Amino acid sequence: MSETNTVSKADSRDDAALLPPVDVIEDASGITLFADLAGVPKDKLQLHVEGDTLTIEGEVDLEIPEGMESSHVEVGRPRYRRVFTLSRELDASKVAAEFKHGVLKLVIPKAEHAQARKVQVKVL
Amino acid sequence: MMYRSLFPRDVLAELDRLQREMQQGFRVSPSIRGVARGGFPAMNVGGTASSVEVYAFAPGIDPATLDVQIEKGVLTVAGERQLEQPGEKASVHIDERFAGRFRRVVTLPDDIDPSAVEARYRDGVLRISIGRKADTQARRITIQ
Repeated sequence: MSETNTVSKADSRDDAALLPPVDVIEDASGITLFADLAGVPKDKLQLHVEGDTLTIEGEVDLEIPEGMESSHVEVGRPRYRRVFTLSRELDASKVAAEFKHGVLKLVIPKAEHAQARKVQVKVL
Repeated sequence: MMYRSLFPRDVLAELDRLQREMQQGFRVSPSIRGVARGGFPAMNVGGTASSVEVYAFAPGIDPATLDVQIEKGVLTVAGERQLEQPGEKASVHIDERFAGRFRRVVTLPDDIDPSAVEARYRDGVLRISIGRKADTQARRITIQ
């Protein structure tokens, strides 16, 4: 799994998004990805798998009182986006997702044929 | 504390960090309480006529472990973020998310009412609303 550095043409200036911090961990069964998407409600999180491209997108939805003027802004865009390229041995059709307290956990299993197998050596 | 990135292969995260550090270096007047930007949790602060609103972006934390205090006009948000530990045989490819203890401090305006505070945690964002004292709120005076 690697990150793509090509930006799609659909990206325009007002479409600019924050890059959420992620952790990516791999073990024998597959890859686990955690992404910090603070402020994104469940219904505004979007996950796309198209071919070997995984896109994580989320829209920030904060309760902002009427007439609020910002005095200090560190999270300056209302959107997160990050794109990854999956490698062939991952089974994108079996992605499992959990989303709680703004943290997304994705488990992408390896395709069965790609899982490492221990070969028994028989001594005759 | 910065988001760590221990793995040099993650070039984008490195660039991101570099950019943050450069911005800090060029800041004319950094806060007396140290790093104002790039810490965890990230914070947005705003105000209305009747309240001061602080948004702390602290995803993946048990709200019961968050410690929010107001003392002498200074708001402190502290806590600890524990991440799931990778298994023994797992390899970590990207490691950018913050882990460990954190503490951030915001100086509040003079006219706040420390007894009118409300804190809510939703979707990983801690929102703290602090009321302003009623007698200092601007009043529109009608001219007769």
